[in-house]
Amino acid sequence: MAAVRTSSEIGFNRVAIVAVLLVTIIFLAPIYWIASTAFKPRNLATTIPPTVVFQPEISPFVKLFTKRSQLRSAPTPEEYAAAPWWERVVFDGGEKIVRDGKGQVQWSGYPSRFMNSLIIAITSTVLAVGMGTFTAYGFSRFKVKGEADLLFFILSTRMLPPVVVAIPMFLMYRAVGLNDTHVGLIILYTAFNLSFSVWLMKGFMDEIPKEYEEAALVDGYTRMEAFFKIVLPEAATGIAATAVFCFITAWNEYAFALIMTNRRAQTAPPFIPSQVGSGLPDWTVIASGTFLFLLPVAIFTFLLRNHLLRGMSFGAIRK
Amino acid sequence: MATAVMTTLDPNSRSATRGMSDLTIRNLFIIPTIVFLIVFNIFPLLYSLGYSFTDFRASSPAAANFVGLQNYRELLNDPFIWSNFAITAKYVIVSVVGQVIVGFGVALLLNRDIPLKGLLTTLLLLPMMLSMAVVGLFWKLLYDPSWGVINYALGLGNFEWLSNPDMALYAVAITDIWMWSPFVMLLSLAGLSAVPKHLYEAAAIDRAGSFYTFFRITLPLVAPILMIAIIFRTMEAFKTFDLAYILTSQPTTEVISIRLYKMAFQEWQTGRSCALAYIVLIMVLAITNIYVKYLNKVKER
Repeated sequence: MAAVRTSSEIGFNRVAIVAVLLVTIIFLAPIYWIASTAFKPRNLATTIPPTVVFQPEISPFVKLFTKRSQLRSAPTPEEYAAAPWWERVVFDGGEKIVRDGKGQVQWSGYPSRFMNSLIIAITSTVLAVGMGTFTAYGFSRFKVKGEADLLFFILSTRMLPPVVVAIPMFLMYRAVGLNDTHVGLIILYTAFNLSFSVWLMKGFMDEIPKEYEEAALVDGYTRMEAFFKIVLPEAATGIAATAVFCFITAWNEYAFALIMTNRRAQTAPPFIPSQVGSGLPDWTVIASGTFLFLLPVAIFTFLLRNHLLRGMSFGAIRK
Repeated sequence: MATAVMTTLDPNSRSATRGMSDLTIRNLFIIPTIVFLIVFNIFPLLYSLGYSFTDFRASSPAAANFVGLQNYRELLNDPFIWSNFAITAKYVIVSVVGQVIVGFGVALLLNRDIPLKGLLTTLLLLPMMLSMAVVGLFWKLLYDPSWGVINYALGLGNFEWLSNPDMALYAVAITDIWMWSPFVMLLSLAGLSAVPKHLYEAAAIDRAGSFYTFFRITLPLVAPILMIAIIFRTMEAFKTFDLAYILTSQPTTEVISIRLYKMAFQEWQTGRSCALAYIVLIMVLAITNIYVKYLNKVKER
């Protein structure tokens, strides 16, 4: 920076800082609104003017996990007193928790969708990053005929609109019975993330000096030993960053999940919007489901902050 | 750079003869991935290429009849399909231009010494990491004409956003701008921080105005990286499905992906939708090709 600063420059700097703060607040407002609605009583979720200050409640989360129905008549004082705290919260909202014949609480659709999301995202990430790491090493260290074309081919498959790929996949999966299965979505997400993982990992591999392995080869390691004992530990950060990116992509994916699943293997992204049907949706329940669903990604974003640029540009831009 | 020591060991060298040969390892590492991608990405596309020449309907047991180029001919002569493309083009332009203005603007503001800059940048990047479908859904509440926060904050009364045919596409674009301006900002910041400081110092010594400095120094040097952001966002906006599908069901927001989805999975015109998918595919590949060429060019610098 220039040593001498005019007073107008300093003034402009102050204005810029205030503007940045304002922009940050505006950008975070929708996320704040989701988080705050997740803890509101239902009657405060849709008010004019919007409710900003309120006593936070846990009731939306109780409702998120349970199946409920409208109360025809208020519960008797004995019923109310006998109910555990989480059931009282639902009574207070004019609903009751549905129980089966044995009195077991019925779960809502949310927990199973959340589990499906976890299983599918984690498995496909492990597969995509595992295969991607080997392939990236191959491309990084050895001469491959038509390398540029192959890498373009690998990337271009990811660039297609999901619906374009989903039409034939749907027909093929239907023929072999993979529609609405975990395996079906895992394969799709692995294929989808594999290209990304190859591109990103190749960048990380290129950065590991070849001399490391060559020294090991001279010391009597085989190429495989050198790869596992020297290269992989060096690439650990890159592998972790790639894995987080793949996980987030699979976790957030909507179109494939919408088309290929409907119940058994349905993930959270198509499930959460399906709760908004006709009539007045309970936004506090939707917000609490959204809140839990967004939480892992928000945490990962902070962990990943130094690699975001690289990941989002397919490894093209490094700091 | 390249000395004999640093080049890849040739297959006949002493160390490469122990264990598996480099050639075997290379094939072992690369071929499974290529095969996997061919089976799950290329094969399905060939499969649908075949169906695109038929009148197949996945909802009916009737066998597919070969109809030649009829699907393609009808689609390309269908004014409704062209209007879907026109809507998509309008959406791409509005949302990408919006993202560039907001993203680049915020990057310019951030490109100075600011307390807690790292934290602010990370917070600003949060929207693009979240699920479009799930967060997009919540914008329905924000846009609500009676109790939406947006109308309240802007004092717009009961202004209709999503149920207004003239406004719905802009409302979707605004949400997209909110989600993806951070992406343009991230890339712009990288470009801005790479501009050598001495250029600004020289400009200051020459008493160049800030207008001149911006258009003659900042913009040309950031342009390549900004271009990457623009091509990438154009491609993504062209493919858009989640946001528009979840936020509204207006005919004025029926972008090409939504038309394709409806044709394939609601009207079950499987053969025809395969043909439309191919038309879209060719367009996307053309943009991707430009993008990848550009990426490689920037990488080489």
